Formats: sequence, structure tokens, C-alpha cells
Amino acid sequence: MLRIAKLPIAIFALFIIVFPWIARQIPAIGNYTDIMVFVGIYCLITIGLSLLMGYAGQISIGHAAFFGIGAYISGVLTAKYGMNAWACMVIGMTVAAVVAALVGAPSLKLKGHYLAMATLAFGIIVFIIFNEEIEWTGGPDGMSGIPGLSIFGFEFDSVERYYYLVWGFVLAAFVFTVNVIQSGTGRALRAIHASEPAASAMGVNVSRFKILVFVYSAVLASLAGSFYAHYLNFINPSTFDLFFSIKLLIMIALGGMHSIWGAIMGTGLITFLSYEWLRYFEEFEIIVYGVILLFVTVLLPDGLAGVPKIVKGWFRRKVSDER
Amino acid sequence: MEKITLASQLLQYLITGLTVGSVYAMVAVGFNIIYNVTEIINFAQGEFVMLGGLIMVFLHVAMGLPLILAFPATIVLVTVIGILIDRLAIRHIRHPSVFTLIIATIAVSIIIKGMASFIWGKDPFDLPAFSGRNPINILGAVIQPQYFWVIGFLVIAAIALSIFFDRTIIGKAMSACADNADAASLVGINVKQMVLLSFALSAAIGAVAGITITPISLMEYDRGAMLAVKGFGAAVLGGLGSFPGAILGGLIIGSIESFGAGLIHSGYKDAFALIVLLIILFFKPSGLLGSTEISRIKRF
Amino acid sequence: MRLRRFIILATICLFGIGLLVSPAQAFKGSYKVGAVFAVTGGASFLGDPEKKTVEMMAEEINKAGGINGYKLELIIYDTEGDATKCNLAVKKLITQDKVCAIIGPSLSGTSLAVIPVAEQYKIPLVSCAASYKIVYDEKTGKPYQWVFKTPQSDSMAVEALYTHLKNRGINKIAIMSVTSGFGASGRSELIRLAPEYDMKVVADEKYGPKDTDMMAQLTKIKGIVPQAIINWSIGPTQVLVLRNWKDLGMTSIPFYQSHGFGSRENIKMAAGAAEGVAAPLGACNTPEALPANHPQKNVTMNYLNSYTAKYNEPLSSFGGHAWDALTLVVKALKAVGCDKAGIRDYIENTKNFVGQHGIFNFSTEDHNGLTWEQSFNMITVKNGDWVIIK
Repeated sequence: MLRIAKLPIAIFALFIIVFPWIARQIPAIGNYTDIMVFVGIYCLITIGLSLLMGYAGQISIGHAAFFGIGAYISGVLTAKYGMNAWACMVIGMTVAAVVAALVGAPSLKLKGHYLAMATLAFGIIVFIIFNEEIEWTGGPDGMSGIPGLSIFGFEFDSVERYYYLVWGFVLAAFVFTVNVIQSGTGRALRAIHASEPAASAMGVNVSRFKILVFVYSAVLASLAGSFYAHYLNFINPSTFDLFFSIKLLIMIALGGMHSIWGAIMGTGLITFLSYEWLRYFEEFEIIVYGVILLFVTVLLPDGLAGVPKIVKGWFRRKVSDER
Repeated sequence: MEKITLASQLLQYLITGLTVGSVYAMVAVGFNIIYNVTEIINFAQGEFVMLGGLIMVFLHVAMGLPLILAFPATIVLVTVIGILIDRLAIRHIRHPSVFTLIIATIAVSIIIKGMASFIWGKDPFDLPAFSGRNPINILGAVIQPQYFWVIGFLVIAAIALSIFFDRTIIGKAMSACADNADAASLVGINVKQMVLLSFALSAAIGAVAGITITPISLMEYDRGAMLAVKGFGAAVLGGLGSFPGAILGGLIIGSIESFGAGLIHSGYKDAFALIVLLIILFFKPSGLLGSTEISRIKRF
Repeated sequence: MRLRRFIILATICLFGIGLLVSPAQAFKGSYKVGAVFAVTGGASFLGDPEKKTVEMMAEEINKAGGINGYKLELIIYDTEGDATKCNLAVKKLITQDKVCAIIGPSLSGTSLAVIPVAEQYKIPLVSCAASYKIVYDEKTGKPYQWVFKTPQSDSMAVEALYTHLKNRGINKIAIMSVTSGFGASGRSELIRLAPEYDMKVVADEKYGPKDTDMMAQLTKIKGIVPQAIINWSIGPTQVLVLRNWKDLGMTSIPFYQSHGFGSRENIKMAAGAAEGVAAPLGACNTPEALPANHPQKNVTMNYLNSYTAKYNEPLSSFGGHAWDALTLVVKALKAVGCDKAGIRDYIENTKNFVGQHGIFNFSTEDHNGLTWEQSFNMITVKNGDWVIIK
């Protein structure tokens, strides 16, 4: 608990606070705050997913489903039944938690590719439900008319207001998750990742911890989904498809599996690449995207989070060469 | 038109399920080859199938090469692409974890898909069927003659590969790489070459699948992902690494989709297949024909 | 070292020359129009021809001196059919690129995702997607103020089809649809309008956009023996379903396709199975089949000729939606200049605009401006070519 590096988090928080101001000063990046809202929303998912994958060592190719569950519960209950948006958010998280526990309990007994397939199947099944239950979800064309968020009459109706709302939650989730990692729970998770039989022999209740982390990551994804729905005022199933689940994996892999910082960097990089920077390549965009991804996996096996280590390694080698 | 009998309908569902399933099985077999050597699931497997179909269209339809020449030429070209993937990408990953390798294959599949959309555009292409398009009638149900080619190649590939991996020295050496790469190289197996060989083999199988199914299903640049997902499902259901398992898994998934669409609800047919897959996995965590002991040794 | 300096110098000189040479025509300024199309991704069959069409049109307009001496400057963003990306692109067009009006998006889903943005920022948006929800606010029962669309609604295609079926005494129908936005939207209109035309839907089957075989669904329909099959899909599935229909020996049950079938490529690909199949198609799908006195004959033939000459590929009728949208915006710019409210009012009051997909009459109540009678013909395939059913 004591070893939390407070300084980097403070610097990061400061950066988040001043970012919209910077973006406003430079016309060329005026829309970056808008993109950062989505980075924040996706960070909520990848922070949880990174705990699940990087620390507990459990793969999931189905997290788009939890993202979608949050979005659709918020969307349907507020747009069709006029319920309070914050209450719907909590309902969404509860439902996501229950679903995660029900799916996770049998699935997390599976290993490796079998777990990957099980979560992938779960994700596709949920996607099909979004597509098919047209009465509720509006089907493939999606549902519109989802209201924005407000609290005590304060409307989160501009890009910047929503930005601060979302990033406030991201920072809270971040600090909480880092705390978890540095607590006994975090040690238990790492033990599970290293060797399940060994962890079990040490008295770690392996399956309970795995399900707990799975549920936690699902709840965060559901929260992200609610924020997404209220920001766009619209949702459709293709946002929550298999390819989004894979994109989440890519964000985590790119950032570095074993670091929450990596997850945030990977999320930011992939989001900006696919929503803004690669736009200039037009038809080549998809190829450039693939090439960047391949280069990172080949050159940086530990992702962006591994860059400092590599730089240090160069430096050390240089020093030893000089000797 | 006279009304079709229920018996013929059921037979038609079965035939449709088996034929569609044989396509999934073909992809699953390709997955298993690379899995058996490297433990990774090569998500670019579907792209091999797509390339097989589209390169065949190019050689056979656009260039006018006769079938007997275009067929092996396509396989060779796709195999070369498989080898290039290993040489240019997979081999260079330092301290590869299974997860990094999977991400790398996803990256490769994105690149191949992007290139294909450049070369062939986004429209689907057709290929003439090998033995005509007149459907064969069996007790009121029909089947396209092309499906016999698909099933024939599938059976030949599965038998040949099973023998190759179980009986030949190279095959056994390849399997050894997956169990323990360090030990394998200690006993003198060139692990890198074995991995290369596995990519070449599975690319070739993918090409065969693509060539044989294009006359039935058409082919376009973004078909690969769907085939990869279905094939992955089939491979997992049958038990990763097992060739008979891949066939069994493919046929089961195809049949559930077909019967589900015909008898219950066609909108949910894919979901039915996946639910059955999940239930089976919960009771048999290593798939139908997979061995629990072997899966325990695997890193992933 | 000297060589490098030389190369740098030469490059600078070349750029300088390029700058001097390029403005061949002097414009007073430019009118910026934004466009958001699904150029790549799963819906590229819509966005790709749309982008090519508007690029061709802008080139022609600027060659002819622009709009009242102003250059038409198109800013096109690719949405990949993704709602998030489309939403971001539209906001960027408005706040950063400061465009006068926006055409697109290509899909109903992405259009619905940007309606709140257009309404909030008060910018005219002419969508190229079909759903009636784009121009119908369920809360007020009226069109959204700033949003228009050029494609016919699916309901119009369904009305054209049902009228045709009713005239032939058909009332027992089987529906097949693909589980994408296009198929789902058509399916719900088919079911919604069935009672109005005394149609009984005896089967409602679906398949995925990447499915390779629809034998199971058709076999089920074969057991029910409807009087006609209506299929609503796009892409390879609409061809595969025809082949399966023929293989199963079901040709005695008439087969109808949606207005997404209007490409000659589909007839070819069906390998003989398309013969006798009918579909409600817009004028733009079949310009050659139109009689010489048809009001849209000239407009559609010109488009067909210039598009095929420029791109050397068959014309897709989806590009026609973008043609209609951009032409409307250009007309408005010509009349009122870059005045957003003025453009909106101009489009809303446009009457008798002869476009690729019909003759448009907009009003405060109708932001689509089409009726099915003048925007669809029933067309059948005969000897591998389109023929109008009288």
C-alpha cells in the first residue's frame, strides 16, 4: 500500500486537467479533446482488462459484450422508459457483474485457447442478441434518442464537461486498480499468473480470485458502455462486435501486458491512430495499421511500457562498451 | 411443385449442415497444424483461405490457366505467402509469449486483408465449379457436386496429416517443438525450420480450402475473419491438435447451424452452435477428442 | 554533401514551380462541403461509389468555373461504417473544417448517430442512407430540422413490391433477410406493411452477411410452399440465395429481390439463377432500360456515361444517392451561398428536382421528397438483362 508512486499519477492527472486547454489553443488539434473522451471511455475497459490479462493471466475476447451490456441497459432504460441515467448506470453494472459471474465461473476453469474461445463465443452470442431483439435494441440500425447526462441540473452537454466527467472516473478506477495490484490481492493474482497449482498450494483460492477480477473488469466495461451511450446519444450493435474485443486486446498488447500504465498508453495510441492519425492514409489506412501493430509486436515484445527498459539496456550496453 | 416431405427436409438439413461444416473443418485442420508445432492459434488462417480462392480466380478465370495447372500454382503461391509470414514476422519476435504471437498473427491478417482489398477490390468473385453446377438429388434432398470435392480433400488432408504427425520422423519432430521447444532443439531438431514448415503446410491446406469452396460460396477480401472464427470454434470443439477432432467439430457446428435455422430460429443459428460449444467445453474442457493430459503440459 | 544540398535545392525549386503553376483558374474563394462515407470496411459497397461520384462531380463543377465563381472544396472523411468514427468526423467537419453543409453518412446507423450533432450545431446534413427514422423525429412526429436524406425509404420499395404482388393475386409470402442494417430495416418494413396490402407472411428467415449457404432456410420455406419469396440483402448473399433457390428446384415459387439487387454483376454472378427474378429498382439502376421519354432518362444516362468513362467500372446505384445529395447542396450554395440556415431553407423548398433516384419534392413535412410511384419501377431479369415490367 505504501509503495504507490504518487508522483507519476499526479503528473498524469495534471496533464489530463490541462489537456483541453492546450487543445483549445492549437486549432490543428482542436478536436483532440473529443477523441480523448473516447480514449477515457476505452481506458475504463482496458484498465480492468489489463488487471485480468496482465496480472491474473486470463484472456478474454468477449469484453465488448460487457461494454455493450452497459450501453444497452443505459440506452433502453433511459430512452424507452425515461429512467434516471445514474440509476441505470448502476443497474447496468449490476447486471454485468451477475452475467460475468455466471459466465466466468465455468469459463475460467478453461485454459488458454479454450478460455479464449469461450469468451469469444460469449461475446458473439451477446452481439447476436443485440442484433436480433429489435423490439428492445432497434436491431442493426441501432437506437437513437438516448439523453445526455446531468447531475442536479448541471448538464454534461459540452465536449469538455463530458471529458472531465469521464476522466474523473478513469483516474478513480486507475488509482483503485493500482491499489489492488499492490495489495495482497495483487500478489495473489500474480501468483495465479505464474503458476496456478503453486498459488493454490499456498492457500490462494484461485477460482474465487479469477472470478472476482473477471467481474471487476466486466463492471468497469459496463460503466464505460453507459458513458458511451450517453455521450453519443446513439448505440448500434457493430460498436460491440468481435472486432472491438480484438481491438481491446491489441490496445493492451501494444501498451504492455503487465502494466496498467501500458494499458492507458496503448488505448490512447490505438484510439488516436484509428480515429485520427491514420485518416491521412485513406485506403492504405488498414495496411498501415497492421504494419504498425506488427512492428510493435516484433520490436517491443513488452509493449510501450517496455520502452524505458530497452532504452536503459542500450545505455548500459554503451557504458559497458566504453569500459 | 409438390410439397417436400419432412423426411426429405430433415435429410436436407443434415446434408447442408455437413457440407457447410466441412468448410469449417477445413479451416480447423489448418489451425491444428500450426498449433501442433507452436501452440499458437494463427488468426491469419482465414486469410489463407481467402487468398486461395482469389488467387485461383486470378489464375484460372482472369489468366485462363487450365484448372489442372492453376490449382497447384495457387497452392504454391499461398504456401510462399505462408513461408513469408514466418520469415518476415513470426521469426523475429524476441522472447515470444503465446499472446504476443497471437497478436502478431492478427496483425498479419489485417495486412493481408488490406492488401487483398487493394488487389482485388471489394466485390465478390466466382469460380466455375469443377464438375458442373447441376445439383445431385438424394431422396428429395439436393447437394452441389462441388461439395464432394470439398469433403474429399478434407478427408485426404486429415488422414495424410494424422499419418504425417504420428508416423514420420519430421512429423514427430514438429510435434516435439510444441511440447518443449528447448528440449526439442537439444535433441537436434531445428525448431525454426519446423515452425516454417508448419506455416507452409497450413497455408497450403488453407489454399486448398479456398479453391474448393469458392465455386459454392463466392469469395471476397473480407471473408477470412468469419472463416477463422468458425474454424477456431471447430478446432476447439474437437480438441486442439486433433485432426479427427477438427473434422468432428466442424461437422457438429455446421449441423447445429443448419438444424437450428431449419427447425428453430434462423436469426439465432450461430448462437445455438456457440451455446452448444460452451456447454461441451464446460463438461469437457479440452474439447471432444482433445486429451486433458496433453493440454496440461501446454503453456497456453 | 554537395549532392545532398543539390537535391534539397532542387526539391524546393520543384515545389515552387508547382505552386506557381497549380492555380490554373482563379476562384473568388471556396465553398467547403463536408462528406462522410463508409469508404472502407464492411459497407464499402456504399461508400466507395459515393466517394468516387462526388469527387468526379466536384472536378466537373470546378472545371466549369465552380459555384458562382467559388471553388467547391470537398472534405471527405471515411467512417468505415463505424458510429463513433462518424460522429467524431462530423464534429470535426463542423468545428474545425467549418463546412457549409454535410452530405452522408452512407448507413442508417451512422446517420442516426450524427443527427443529434447536426441538430445541436445547426448545420444542414443530407444523408445518403435509407431508414425513414433519419427524417422522422418520433418525439415530434415531424422531420428533424436540419436533416434531409436522398435515398428512397425501404417502405417505398416494399410498397412498390407489394402493389405488384397484389396485382398478381399473391398474398402468401416468405421473407428472407440478411442480419445487417440493410436487411433488418427492409424486413421490419415488410412485416409492418404486410397487413395494409393483405399479405400473409408465412416464413421469416434470416442469415448472416458472411454466410455461405442458405439451403436450410430455403428448405424450410419449401415445406411451407408460399406464393412468393422476398429476399432483402446485399453483397454476395443475395447471389448465393438465388443459386440455392435454383438448386433446390424451387423456381416455380417466384423470387423477388430488394432494391439492393440492381447491379448487372449480380446477374452474372448468379450463373443463370437470376432469370425471371424481379426487384423494385430506381431509374438509376437501369438507365438503358428506360424509355426515351422518361423524365430521368437524360440525368441517369449522363451519370452512367461519365462515371463509367472516368472509373472504368460498372456504375453502382448507391453512388446515385451521393449524386442527389451533392447536387442539392450545390444548387443551394448557388442560390444562397455559404449560409447554413439559407441552405436548409432552400433544400426544404426544393420542388421538382430531377435526380438519379426520383423526382424530389421537399416540404416542411417531408425531408425525403420522394414517393414510391415515381422512384421505383418493377424490373425483371430476362435473357441476362433488365426489363421493365409493365
